[in-house]
Amino acid sequence: MNPLAALGARSLGVLRSFGHAFFFFIDLIRAMPDAFRRFNLVVVQIHAIGNLSLLIILASGLAVGFVLALQLYYALVTYGASESLGLIVNLSLVRELGPVVTGLLFAGRAGTSLTAEIGLMKAGEQLAAMEMMAIDPKSRVLAPRFLAGVVSMPILAILFSAIGILGAYVVAVVLIGVDAGNFWSIMQSRVDVWRDVANGIVKSAVFGVICTFVALYQGHETEATPEGVAYATTRTVVISSLAVLGMDFILTALMFSTP
Amino acid sequence: MNKRGTETLVGLFVLLGMLGLLFLALKAANLGSFGGGDGYTLTAKFDNIGSLKVRAPVRSAGVTVGRVSSITLDPKSYQGVVQLEINKSVQFPKDSSARILTAGLLGDQYIGLEPGGDEKNLASGDTIGQTQSAVVLESLISQFLFNKAADAGTTAPAPAPAAGAKK
Repeated sequence: MNPLAALGARSLGVLRSFGHAFFFFIDLIRAMPDAFRRFNLVVVQIHAIGNLSLLIILASGLAVGFVLALQLYYALVTYGASESLGLIVNLSLVRELGPVVTGLLFAGRAGTSLTAEIGLMKAGEQLAAMEMMAIDPKSRVLAPRFLAGVVSMPILAILFSAIGILGAYVVAVVLIGVDAGNFWSIMQSRVDVWRDVANGIVKSAVFGVICTFVALYQGHETEATPEGVAYATTRTVVISSLAVLGMDFILTALMFSTP
Repeated sequence: MNKRGTETLVGLFVLLGMLGLLFLALKAANLGSFGGGDGYTLTAKFDNIGSLKVRAPVRSAGVTVGRVSSITLDPKSYQGVVQLEINKSVQFPKDSSARILTAGLLGDQYIGLEPGGDEKNLASGDTIGQTQSAVVLESLISQFLFNKAADAGTTAPAPAPAAGAKK
């Protein structure tokens, strides 16, 4: 009976945490107007989340572009189709790799710092102190961070894709000697702004909502101990990454199922 | 950092994002493909356009001189009407002909323009008179088989000499 009870308790706990997260999300959305009203708080957070993540995003995008171009060149040159390299790099970056890799990096770079910050605020009872002063911490602390994350993530994903394509250009055209005109013209004739680029941006916005929400929730619900904050930070990365990968599959199936 | 500095940096970040989006839309996707203005339009009618697509290149002597801007069906003659957007710097004689060709064995289809000998040039809105349709593989094969069958029919009454001729 005991293992059975443990199983039941565990399932109920999972369900309860889902419900709890959902109501937390509703509260966060409700607090959004306050974030717009105090937009200078959002600006400070965009600086912390967006600007400071820029370097790692650009470096990773460039590296991904380099490597994709190099590997695709070796694979495609056997079929005499090395000019299509730009197209394949472009589509894979804009549709998949840009949003997903940016989402994973975002969870690691910005999500963890959000969780640790909120978690320490809670551990130091700063959030409780704000409530004592009749200031809602959701609208003063959480909502600006949420909005900043949702705004920053698509910009970072766009820059990741753009710098990746430039990286592929450097490797393919400048170093290997693929024809520059073909490199761009095949891209321009096959990549559609709405179908490919816009859908990629929608994806990255969804990932921005997921990653920022998970980070804020984990920080807000952490146990008020050093171990609790450490554990919450780890969970932020694990849950955000899995959610991004799972959601990416669903979004891809919805967006690109018709050829 | 003071407030003004943070705002400037965030402004830069957002501006960088917009530039990236502009790059993706104009340079790396199909939005920047010169919509009009720097070209003139010609029309060509084909019995069969094969798998020709909008934005396929128009080439003369292998040099890309324009793009296919639209493909429609003429409801009266049931021909495919193809609008060609040709670069302004290139002029073609009035009796030029258009053919639908294939790049490589299985590549994309494009339109090949063969210049004629007329002294007058095609102007915007003109129709190219001589056209040659795309080669459809199925009809090519069936024609080949039909010819083979016809050959076999004519040689069937005297198989012995044919077999002898082969040796």
